[in-house]
Amino acid sequence: MASNSSGGGSSDRQRIARQRLSRIAGHLQRPADGSSAIVAAECKAHGSQADVPGEEKTVPRRRQEIMKWNGWGYSDSRFFFNKKGQAEFTGRRYRLSGLIIPGLKDWFESTFGASLQHKTPATPILNSSAVQPPTLNEAFVEELKSTGIPLSHDAEDRVFRAHGHCLHEIFALREGKFGRVPDMVVWPNCHNDVVKIVELACKHNVCLIPYGGGTSVSSALECPPEETRSIVSLDTSQMNRILWIDEKNLTAHVEAGIVGQDLERLLNESGYCTGHEPDSMEFSSLGGWVATRASGMKKNVYGNIEDLVVHVKMVTPQGVIEKSCQGPRMSTGPDVHHFIMGSEGTLGVVTEVTMKIRPMPEYQKYGSVVFPNFEQGVACLREVARQRCAPASIRLMDNEQFKFGHALKPQVSSIFTSFLDGLKKFYITKFKGFDPNRLCVATLLFEGDREKVLQHEKQVYDIAAKFGGLAAGEDNGQRGYMLTFVIAYLRDLGMDYYVIGESFETSVPWDRVLDICRNVKARIIRECKDKGVQFSPLSTCRVTQTYDAGACVYFYFAFNYRGLSDPVHVYEQVEHAAREEILANGGSLSHHHGVGKLRKEWMRDTISKVGMGMLKSVKDYVDPNNIFGNRNLL
Amino acid sequence: MQIRHYVINYAHISVNISFASSRLSGACRVLWVLWVLKVLCLVLSAVHEPSVPEVTVGHGAARSRCRRSFRNVQPRLVASERKRGERKTPAGEMSGSFRDPVVLRSDDEDLVDVLEERRHGSDLGFTFRTFSPPSCPAPSVSSSDLRQSVLDSLFLRHVAKEVAVETGSPLEMVMGDARSILEEMSQNLQLGFIRLMAFTLTKVFKKLFRSIFINMDGLNTLQQAVQENPVVLMPNHRSYVDFLIISYILFAFDLPVPVIAAGIPLAGMKIVGEILRRSGAFFIRRSIGSDKLYWAVLSEYVRTIIRKEFAPFEFYVEGLRSRTLKSLTPKLGMMHMVLEPFFKGEVFDITLVPISVSYDRVLEESLLAHELLGVPKPRESTAGLLKATRILQEDFGSMFVNFGCPLSVRSLCEGRIDRCRFNLRPRHVPQQPSADVQACVSWLAHLVVRLQEEGSVIGPWSLMCCQLLQNPVHVLTGDGLDWQQLSDGTVWSRRLAVDCGARLSWSGSVSDPDVMTSAAALHRSVVQRRRGRVYLLQGEEPERRRPIGSEDGVMRTAAAVLMLASYRNQALHVFVRPAMLAAALNVTRSRRREQLLGFFCFLQDVFSHEFIFVPGRSTQDFEEACFYLKKCGAVNIDDQEVTVPDSGLEVLSFLQKLLQPFIDSYQVVFRFFCEDGPQVFSEKQLLPAVRQFATKLILSGELHTYEALSSDTQKNVLSALRRLQAVTKLRASEQNEYKVNREAVRRTADVLAGKIPPQMLQATPDARL
Repeated sequence: MASNSSGGGSSDRQRIARQRLSRIAGHLQRPADGSSAIVAAECKAHGSQADVPGEEKTVPRRRQEIMKWNGWGYSDSRFFFNKKGQAEFTGRRYRLSGLIIPGLKDWFESTFGASLQHKTPATPILNSSAVQPPTLNEAFVEELKSTGIPLSHDAEDRVFRAHGHCLHEIFALREGKFGRVPDMVVWPNCHNDVVKIVELACKHNVCLIPYGGGTSVSSALECPPEETRSIVSLDTSQMNRILWIDEKNLTAHVEAGIVGQDLERLLNESGYCTGHEPDSMEFSSLGGWVATRASGMKKNVYGNIEDLVVHVKMVTPQGVIEKSCQGPRMSTGPDVHHFIMGSEGTLGVVTEVTMKIRPMPEYQKYGSVVFPNFEQGVACLREVARQRCAPASIRLMDNEQFKFGHALKPQVSSIFTSFLDGLKKFYITKFKGFDPNRLCVATLLFEGDREKVLQHEKQVYDIAAKFGGLAAGEDNGQRGYMLTFVIAYLRDLGMDYYVIGESFETSVPWDRVLDICRNVKARIIRECKDKGVQFSPLSTCRVTQTYDAGACVYFYFAFNYRGLSDPVHVYEQVEHAAREEILANGGSLSHHHGVGKLRKEWMRDTISKVGMGMLKSVKDYVDPNNIFGNRNLL
Repeated sequence: MQIRHYVINYAHISVNISFASSRLSGACRVLWVLWVLKVLCLVLSAVHEPSVPEVTVGHGAARSRCRRSFRNVQPRLVASERKRGERKTPAGEMSGSFRDPVVLRSDDEDLVDVLEERRHGSDLGFTFRTFSPPSCPAPSVSSSDLRQSVLDSLFLRHVAKEVAVETGSPLEMVMGDARSILEEMSQNLQLGFIRLMAFTLTKVFKKLFRSIFINMDGLNTLQQAVQENPVVLMPNHRSYVDFLIISYILFAFDLPVPVIAAGIPLAGMKIVGEILRRSGAFFIRRSIGSDKLYWAVLSEYVRTIIRKEFAPFEFYVEGLRSRTLKSLTPKLGMMHMVLEPFFKGEVFDITLVPISVSYDRVLEESLLAHELLGVPKPRESTAGLLKATRILQEDFGSMFVNFGCPLSVRSLCEGRIDRCRFNLRPRHVPQQPSADVQACVSWLAHLVVRLQEEGSVIGPWSLMCCQLLQNPVHVLTGDGLDWQQLSDGTVWSRRLAVDCGARLSWSGSVSDPDVMTSAAALHRSVVQRRRGRVYLLQGEEPERRRPIGSEDGVMRTAAAVLMLASYRNQALHVFVRPAMLAAALNVTRSRRREQLLGFFCFLQDVFSHEFIFVPGRSTQDFEEACFYLKKCGAVNIDDQEVTVPDSGLEVLSFLQKLLQPFIDSYQVVFRFFCEDGPQVFSEKQLLPAVRQFATKLILSGELHTYEALSSDTQKNVLSALRRLQAVTKLRASEQNEYKVNREAVRRTADVLAGKIPPQMLQATPDARL
């Protein structure tokens, strides 16, 4: 999470630099409309005071101006080991930015058997000549140009839209390898632009792949290699305005290209929020959330995307689909929204969404609880869910992740703090007798008015105490949530040193949570061993969401691939095995990442043959010519 | 007689102790253990006393002659004998000098004699040494915690509710019943008693066996395995002695001691039952039948042990002691319980360890033979056990414990089980196992038994028995068999066995004649060597009260023959597949592969309960048989045909004669059904009737094999016929009554005799396929 007080000075300096860049870029492109001035804005404003003017947006048309082409996130933010071998995080965007993390090196080396001597640096520069030249549908291009919608067939633009953030995608980019990339990128500015583009695509039989924030981890953005038509990436990032806010009904009508941090920040300016905060919210877009059935960290208070959406407009080859009213609930046959939500870009482009909004919470409080072991922790979460008193967010990390989180503690400035830390550790391990190799920690986030938060907090801590939990302070909690935003950067650091990894999620009934965690972790370790991985992998999990009938479980898995000839293939085999294990243990194919092309093979088993037929028939009706040809899902 | 005196004394003391102990607790219990140890020590050292050298009755004279003559031909081994003689007891010298030399395996495997160290070190030191097994995946669980978590389980409560509704009794009462079932069943593993057990067994084993060989590499892999996943130890069961042998070895090698599934009769033994319980045994009723609550408690108890991973779990997949020393068709109930936690994802994996225990000489050899002839087995009792101490004076050669390669259930089940099927029901709701689960469990169980067979060690005596039984019984009892012929034949069959992949305990370091002399000496209760000939000794009279008649003569001979047969059976698993091919060649008189395969499969069907065939492997078994026969030069094989060169006739005839007693016995039972037998019968009626029928045939000279008298064979025929649907169980009947389809039996008999090709039989569908 970004700090709200990271200093206006630096962001001013950055803004100036960006503006200079944009001026240069301006020579190359049509001036964007006023709202899309290129700004390096704060990633996520958590409090109320946004220090960036509302009209400034995060994502420029040319993403390369602020983002890495072969890694996660902003170009200026990355981890590296300095000359002393200490890890540092660059930039000024995050709380961790500019800090030294002394424990990371030891953790990194001991966990993975990696060494700072063995580097695997990425290809530094995107070599445009290595990108295959675009196959253009001239007639389509001509007609599109006449509409005035901005477009590009620049290699960099195309490469940026050819991938999400799956390991194999990033790994290939780091090696400077490009597969099939879109032949053209278009930036519609509003709903009507999209209607025009889709009409033209249908007319000229061009393949359209909608692109939102590019944070997919399901190979959803990969161009199908078998696609022979011209592929056009439809980048919604410039459709990023809040069209209206209805304070009577507490809804907002928003263009679907807006990224999470902008949406939240802009609403905050009016005193509202959506409360939808997926871990990728800095970069992922509203349309993407709808198309993948996203889930936010604070869903316990605000709900998942399907609970938040009141009305959706989607442009399909058959025309625009939308409901005629904004009734809060309808009994009008199967909910057509559910064809849209989770359609993963196979049916059309989501252009505008009416969403529920809430007044901004008066008070926020982090917290954390240490449990003697994971079993107790899960039992506590289950009890919290049973009593339906889950805080806005409650997450339980296993022991490995607890250690990982510990390793990411920034250098403390005062002796007092370090003394306090030592005391805490002594209290928990020696006085309370927690085994440091078994204990685990739950992080909590409470939201609401102050009274209620404190009351709620007490209730949750009381439950935790019944399961042997000890309150472990706000700080640990806050750091836990901050880590979710930097963890993706850490993967890039690992990849500099022979370590590759990924996370994946599932949802599972309560009675199977412990079994699935144990079995999947064990399966990962066994598969790595079987596949010849020389070092023991990091195989860890956490419970990130609670529901009445189950929980969402996240697995993290990474290993040192020195000595493997085809690490990505090994990685994919292990991930495949892990997914099979998840399914065999009663877990779902996906809780919120979606299916994409990565998990397509299990769809039939997941939703049955008839279910597949139902989805297929919808696809056949809506998009008979497979204009939206990303081949996800089915 | 002194022994008896001690024994009675001991029994008195122990009974008193048991009364006292019920009131003792905590620290007193430890003292009690120590005291019992001391008493045992006294008793057992008394057993060592030189004043009781020849208490054993029977063939004492013959035996000592054998021993002496044997010593004369063994000058080279004096050194090793002397080493053995260095025991501390005064009796050491004497009994040691009578002991035959150790026959080590020639294989390059790392075999270690567990007793070797015990003979040198202090037994008390061994008993009280630090026991620090590598930790199991989970922390230890006390037996009361275990019981409580069984009682608290959703599964048990679910079933209890059902039972309460069905029987109309209140739930509390049903749960109370469950609690008492659990108390009757539950183990109470305590290290103190493991030590007591180790002490006692050391004393006993040192008396009984020359050595107990175990394969160290197997033990090493086991050590690895216990640290990873729940381990299920699956030994075969040949003798009461091996009941605690695994625990003993694991204790000796610092591995976690298992919880063992045992039959309830053992629990009924005074004191010993309790000692066994505290050594980790838990007790299962023999006939559970349709007692739903009992099933529920038992299965949840077993599953909880597996799930908690605090100790290895040991059970006999064969279900009971094999009376014939042949592997038994595995029982699947317990196997289901053990595997279910894996199927339902409650554990990551389960490691199965097939363990093969083999003996040079089995303690109960004559008891077993008599049991097969219908003499009921004596009830397990402490008094009986103490009486049995007289066998401590006898020599039982060596014992071999082979720890097989650990099997990962997860890898084995891959592609066989769709674990997703358990996703849609709460896992505590009982579910009938689906067809694929049943097939998989059965397959795994058979596989384990096969691996037990493959891991078992075949001694020279087994091969000698194979050779002996090639001869008509009247020759063995009458003129005897030329020793030279026997030993030549045995050496010849040794090569054949090695060709067929057998593991032999026949080292090259001792000359072959010496090995065989030693083996014959060990079994002097069955065979006698006199003036260069070998004779079969008639067994002791099974029951003296009955009037002596010709039928009793048959029984006495039969007992001896069945003893030989059971030692032959130890080697049979090596030869059975090639032997079936040999029989197919002989019966069908065909060379065509398909035809041979057809008959081979038919034989597998008929002998499905006689020998172990892994389901769904008929073709591979056939190929294996072809391979081995080809390897030893008995047949030539091409794509279409199997031809027999003249040089192969000897092998084929040997193999065929191995199988012949079984074929003959089956034909006798078939004939009984077709000619004499009633249309409807119960198993209780059947066995004596068939025995009588067979006795008649033997006396009339029509039948040559005494094995037809074995109740085991008869039961196996019944099972086979049921499988072939020639016999059907009457549903309505409560006493396990069966109905015979004479036509089908006759058809089966005709196919077995080669009168009609097996295809004709295919018309009757097989229920199990």
